[in-house]
Amino acid sequence: MSRIVGIDLGTTNSLIAYMDKGAPRVIPGPDGVTKVPSIVGMTDNGLIVGDPAKAHLTRNSARTIYSVKRFMGKGLADVSDELKYFPYSLHEKNGVIRIEIGEKTYSPPQVSAMILKELKRRAEEFLKEDISKAVITVPAYFNDSQRQATKDAGMIAGLEVLRIINEPTAAALAYGLQKKTQGIIAIYDLGGGTFDISILKLKDGIFEVLATNGDTHLGGDDFDQRLIDVLVQEINDKHGFTIQDHPDLMQGVRMEAERAKVRLSEETEATVVVELPTEKYEKTLTRETLESLVMELVERTLAPCRAALKDAGLRADQIDEVVLVGGSTRMPLVRNKVEALFGKPPHSELNPDEVVALGAAVQADILGGHNKEILLLDVTPLSLGIETMGGVMSALIRRNTTIPTSAKEMFTTYVDGQTSVDIHILQGERELVKDNRSLARFQLKMPPLPAGVPRVEVTFLIDANGILHVTARDIRTSEAQSVQVKPSHGLTDDEVEGMIRDSFQFAEEDIKARQVIEARTEANAIIVATEKALGRASDLISDKEKAEIQRVLQRLGETQKGDDHRAIRAGIAETEKQTHHLAEVLMDATLKEALESKKVSEFVK
Amino acid sequence: MVKLAMPELSEDRSLMTTHRHHHETLAGSRELPMARSMCWHCQSEVTGEYLCGQCVKVQPLSKELDYFACFKLPRLLNIDEQELERTYHELSRTFHPDFYSTKDESEKMISLGNSAFLNSAYRTLKDPIQRVEYLIRLEAGAVKDIRSNPPADLFEEILELQEDMETFRGLVSEQDSPERDELRQKLQREREHLEDRQAEMEKLLRAKYQEWDQLQNVKTDQGEIHEQKKSVLRGMQEILSNRTYICNMVNELLETTG
Repeated sequence: MSRIVGIDLGTTNSLIAYMDKGAPRVIPGPDGVTKVPSIVGMTDNGLIVGDPAKAHLTRNSARTIYSVKRFMGKGLADVSDELKYFPYSLHEKNGVIRIEIGEKTYSPPQVSAMILKELKRRAEEFLKEDISKAVITVPAYFNDSQRQATKDAGMIAGLEVLRIINEPTAAALAYGLQKKTQGIIAIYDLGGGTFDISILKLKDGIFEVLATNGDTHLGGDDFDQRLIDVLVQEINDKHGFTIQDHPDLMQGVRMEAERAKVRLSEETEATVVVELPTEKYEKTLTRETLESLVMELVERTLAPCRAALKDAGLRADQIDEVVLVGGSTRMPLVRNKVEALFGKPPHSELNPDEVVALGAAVQADILGGHNKEILLLDVTPLSLGIETMGGVMSALIRRNTTIPTSAKEMFTTYVDGQTSVDIHILQGERELVKDNRSLARFQLKMPPLPAGVPRVEVTFLIDANGILHVTARDIRTSEAQSVQVKPSHGLTDDEVEGMIRDSFQFAEEDIKARQVIEARTEANAIIVATEKALGRASDLISDKEKAEIQRVLQRLGETQKGDDHRAIRAGIAETEKQTHHLAEVLMDATLKEALESKKVSEFVK
Repeated sequence: MVKLAMPELSEDRSLMTTHRHHHETLAGSRELPMARSMCWHCQSEVTGEYLCGQCVKVQPLSKELDYFACFKLPRLLNIDEQELERTYHELSRTFHPDFYSTKDESEKMISLGNSAFLNSAYRTLKDPIQRVEYLIRLEAGAVKDIRSNPPADLFEEILELQEDMETFRGLVSEQDSPERDELRQKLQREREHLEDRQAEMEKLLRAKYQEWDQLQNVKTDQGEIHEQKKSVLRGMQEILSNRTYICNMVNELLETTG
């Protein structure tokens, strides 16, 4: 059995974790940082993901995709309110959003796959083995289409997704494993783009979810937006400027707003600096200002908490422990509100950014057959039903039902000789079809018989991933019928296959982009180190040599701005050759120093 | 490897089964419809309870299995909820798809089906109302759904209530009018009254649970006992249909008055 990794595919940051001798561990990048910003940049040289793409955001915002998770499993109408905030244009095909970058269009699962591939590569480099299997987390309140889209992303990235697991439950696994907690716990998970609340009962290694609720459209990104709106207004008023016309500057404002928000969790004041073309905009923000801006958003998380408690049949005081998950729970305001609601201080001992990925690794371990002690029993967050007469939804599986679960429904005909029945599957809590989420449609074949005689039984099964499967059987002949379900907001199998093929092509572009970035980073490091060395060795080498080195350095500085990694490599080699003597001289000097200081220390002894 | 593990496993299983049979005789239950003849995989006779004694593959639950039998419980209405949960956890550990992730497709499918059935069974039996509704369906057969009927003695009251709610909704434009306020208070009082009524019905239902369990514990199901059981079932069904009606009314009132 090959290794299974756990992946937290977040709105703003993503992480990958594995099980290391019975304990989950997040895999760091070469720089030791575990978070990979969920940002993808399409440069002329191909694809860049993570931190390099974040830098790309202010240079070329129209070709940089962020917060793609918000688009997963959605149509254009679902995101119409926030279109104005995104610097790239979107359209819809077959109910699925497509993101336009230059000549090309990408579906959200394709972009997510690029992030997944980066994580996969990171793990492969760290673990020195091929990674092909993963557990991926999603917000608990994700519907069927959003889960399916996440699974598709995994496939496009060349990963077999063994399980889609809910983020708060993943956090509970990591937390419960470490703390050996028993009793009722509430996981309050406020991330970059989504909010979840899950209430679990922990008993003898069984993690049983009692209820879950949330808002897949509420998170730190929205906090940023409130701050951005204020800053933009002020910049425009003060400097007689329309900053919205400068997408790259807007991204600069966005990053500054996020930075200030993060700082204000630790400090009571933070300064925002935006470089405008002609002048500099500066503003000092207080924690109070931020809190008053986001108060309404934070309070919006309380209604789902109350709803979850009600569904679990519990009062707030019956919760033994409250655990905070997600970067946004670092805000003191959030902590205070949660504490007020549950009447006890929440726990946040585990790193709220990493705990979900750690839990995914625990679940991966269970699926790999290495952990028989722990079992997670999760629920479906939304009621599942079908459309009936008069545009009303008839629920077949209620929300907060433990999964896997199934419901059977018998269908017949209304007219003599009718040969098919159309079935529309929905998810949601509202009475009317139009207020719920359309998941899929399919056509049930009926034998041509008098009205009411055919009897076809349809089984709706929600698996442990929270994903729906539909099967049908003719009761009279007891023959199974194949059902072609057409998702309302999902990619078809053919499309996914096409995207898997395309991803190989992207892979080549990826490699090229990576080579440029790596060469550039290396060149920068050499420039900095050489300049430092020149400073130290100014009286150890001749002026002529010094001038020669400076000339080479300047040339390397020019080359590394370009996109030709071979030229940068050549520049690095040239610099190394030119500084060889300098390095030797410095080494001698250092050795001499060391020897002398040793003598002194021996003498002191 | 499999061969070595086999005797240990089947021994363990048979011990468990003996213990359970003993328990059932005490409670006066019928035989369990658990007998499956052949393993779908190795075709040997299934000696284990859920897993084949030969090849240790998980076996699909019998199609005739009902929720009580799934939990090895007699068809009684008073259930030890702690025990129910314990069995649920134990069976979940046997069937849950998480433990079949590395197995072949057939085993995965069986695990999924068994798990879905187990979850439905637990959800139904855990809740006292769903439990009795399910029992009535099992025992009385044909009745598919319990219809909601207004209790006869509340007929007049409910008619008036419907009218008041209509009026209240009609006054939506006059949010703070004293008339609307007064009506709201009246409706709230009415709701509390109905909630009391609901609690009363549930108490009545509990008493019937007791009656039913006592009849079930009598060894015979002939003559008078059979008639008495039928009458208890009918009684419970009537209370349930009234209760459902009251529940819906209470919910409607809550939605209307906010």
